[in-house]
Amino acid sequence: MEIILDVTDLHIEFHDGDTPTIAVDDFDLMLGKGEIVGIVGESGSGKSMSALAIAGLLNRGSMKKTGRIMFNGDDLLTIDRSKLRTYQGDEISIIFQEPMTSLNPVKKIGWQVEESLYIHHPEIDKKTRKQKAIDMLKDVGLTNAEEVYYMYPHELSGGMRQRVMIAAAMIGGPQILIADEPTTALDVTVQAQIVELLKKLNKEMGTSIIFISHDLSLVNQLCERVIVMQKGSIVESGKTADIFKAPKHPYTQRLIAAIPKIDIGE
Amino acid sequence: MKYIIKKFFSMIITLVVVSFCVFLAFNVIPGDPALRKLGTEASPELIAQVRHEMGLDDPLIVRYFNWFTSFIHGDMGTSYNYNVPVAGMVLNKVPITLTMAIMSFVLTILVSIPLGIFTAKYENGFIDKAITMINQIIMAIPPFFSGIIITFIFGMIFKLFTPGGFVSYTEDFGGFLRYLIFPSVAIALPKIAMTVKMLRGSLIDEAAKDYTRTAFSRGNNTNGVLYRHVLKNAMIPVITFLGMLLADMVAGSIVIEQVFSIPGISRILLSSISNRDYPVVEAIIMGVAAIVIIINLLVDIIYRIIDPRIEITD
Amino acid sequence: MKAFLKKLKKNPYMIAGLIITGLIVLMVIVGLFWMPYEPTKMNASEKLQGISVKHIMGTDNMGRDVFSRVMYGSRITLLIALGTVTIGVVLGTIIGALTGYFGGILDEVVMRIIDAMFAFPSILLALVIVSVFGTGWAQLLMSLGIAFIPSYARIVRGEVLRCKGMDYVESARLQGVSQFRMIFVHILPNIKGVLASSILIGFNNAVLAEAGLSYLGVGSQPPYASLGKMLSDAQQYMFTVPSYCLCPGIVIVLIVLGFSFLGEGIRRWK
Repeated sequence: MEIILDVTDLHIEFHDGDTPTIAVDDFDLMLGKGEIVGIVGESGSGKSMSALAIAGLLNRGSMKKTGRIMFNGDDLLTIDRSKLRTYQGDEISIIFQEPMTSLNPVKKIGWQVEESLYIHHPEIDKKTRKQKAIDMLKDVGLTNAEEVYYMYPHELSGGMRQRVMIAAAMIGGPQILIADEPTTALDVTVQAQIVELLKKLNKEMGTSIIFISHDLSLVNQLCERVIVMQKGSIVESGKTADIFKAPKHPYTQRLIAAIPKIDIGE
Repeated sequence: MKYIIKKFFSMIITLVVVSFCVFLAFNVIPGDPALRKLGTEASPELIAQVRHEMGLDDPLIVRYFNWFTSFIHGDMGTSYNYNVPVAGMVLNKVPITLTMAIMSFVLTILVSIPLGIFTAKYENGFIDKAITMINQIIMAIPPFFSGIIITFIFGMIFKLFTPGGFVSYTEDFGGFLRYLIFPSVAIALPKIAMTVKMLRGSLIDEAAKDYTRTAFSRGNNTNGVLYRHVLKNAMIPVITFLGMLLADMVAGSIVIEQVFSIPGISRILLSSISNRDYPVVEAIIMGVAAIVIIINLLVDIIYRIIDPRIEITD
Repeated sequence: MKAFLKKLKKNPYMIAGLIITGLIVLMVIVGLFWMPYEPTKMNASEKLQGISVKHIMGTDNMGRDVFSRVMYGSRITLLIALGTVTIGVVLGTIIGALTGYFGGILDEVVMRIIDAMFAFPSILLALVIVSVFGTGWAQLLMSLGIAFIPSYARIVRGEVLRCKGMDYVESARLQGVSQFRMIFVHILPNIKGVLASSILIGFNNAVLAEAGLSYLGVGSQPPYASLGKMLSDAQQYMFTVPSYCLCPGIVIVLIVLGFSFLGEGIRRWK
């Protein structure tokens, strides 16, 4: 399997207060082409922070980052900002937990879905762009895509908004999609639909997915491989099936024990 | 559309409320207009006759209705002092006051929006801190005092204009505009400071929201996030504020006209107030009120256009 | 005390605000007992003098000592501003609390009027009242006070509406607390923070509005003058004796600046 993302020794610490706080320590991740990897942990475990670092969205001055995030021959941690931007939204996309606040409230859905194309592929004309956006909206399961194109975020339900976020992230056909707790704010039934959608897009478009969640059962449905994080460090990683069968670390054991029984039967 | 109609009706109601208050203030509280017109020595028969002619025998609500309809038709009554129709006295002064208000408004927008964006973009930098400090000071200077200082510096020392040498717009439109630049600056100064402060705060609040992170994740640079995403959101509260400012500027020009000896509405208003020439005062107040209320309606409509969420919250 | 000083050190706005406001208040208090000259005493031989040891702010066109007049004028300005805010806050709070708490048709009617007043520039409102009731400081106080009611009524109404839905009000209601007690004991004390910051802003607006109206000649009448009136008298002598005009103007600026620095300082107080 071709490796498209290689993170080694990622270390992130904040220097806000008097003593530095370590958010992520010794984080390693290899992502193969077309692979889905899950990162599991409670809030504060450093999983979202690692995701943001890969997406190139950590840029605060009071933060120290070391290690390497290799993508396409570049280290995303030290790469030139303008070079990084050519990857963002085109090769590496991200979706977030809160689809309401993550969408711009005063811009039409179509505009937001198209934006990556507008930025990265100015050669595509307006009409084609619109067509691509509508096709993408249909691909994520919004059957009334032509109407949704002209709507505003507040006119959609939470699940629909997350589908819009996915459409906007996927329109450039990225190599990597980072899904940062994409289902946490949604109803259980909608959660399952979104997971199915990610599975489908992964298969059809060949996009690798980093799926971040605190919900081990969702990870079990979607990911071949999983990384378990606690307090900024990786405590266990391997094939999802293996870890489910025989969790080594007590933390992982606790996480598995916490899953409601009905879900395991699936 | 439904929203605009609703706002339009609410505007009419406000206009009626204001006009009724103005009517009460000038036609009921000060006493009998017939008596005032004739003087206390007039015979009771004459007073009764004049009262009848003026329609003062009718019930209050009928009097108000008559007053309001004739007002709308352009009959604003007759000046007590000059015995000429008020409309003729007032209407040719309106362009002066309105031009000045609009000039200050345009100036405010032209200066404060770039400055607000700049200070927000370089938040807590040296220039931002300096501008924030200067803003506080400018907001503390009453416009008539800055007007006096501007007259002194630009009129008397640099001789860029002749204080008191107002040129009417009928004679020389260019000269008229040139003379009004300086009073407009005096009106605009504190408003610019307020708008910069407001826009800066609004931009900083918006920039902290989640959608800016999404915008960055799509490969936008700082300017892209700022101009394509944040600015429109940040402008929503600022637009309401600007609407209030425009209304304020129409009123604020009353004081500034006095500073720069501009023969606009303020001069008639003040002399009419001291002469108790109520029909004139009434007409001016109603006129300004109407302008203010219409501005508020326009602000509401613009607000509706840029903020799609309003139907939900309203 | 030590912690207070440490906080103060980090807060230049607070320091500047305290110093400026302190000096102004000191000047007004001293002026109650002693002024260098009688503020209304004319002296034909000392007309329109510049700054000197004898007259630290010079003299006016009638030979009166500008500093003494500024001391007196600041007193009038501050008193009118204080009165204006008091009227605005007291009546505005009562109107806002009652309409917000009871709602219904009363709320609709009163808020329509308040909205109309709010949309109406306060300087015009004041001019309407002055033109109906005549000029003078009492009329000025009344007109500014009324003009300030709507903004406080709106703030208080909004806060009361917010508090009305809160658990502690609900539980007080279940305990059978009377409506009067509910408004004044349970709800109003909770909005004093919001009110406090708007009082400082209101105070500044009152100083500026008073100065503007006095400048137009509708405030206090001669021979006593508030700062705005002094400015309009002095304007024509700007070129000959700048100090006559600049001194009262700068004092107005300092009064407003002192309070706005205090406001900013309180906002940054951590």
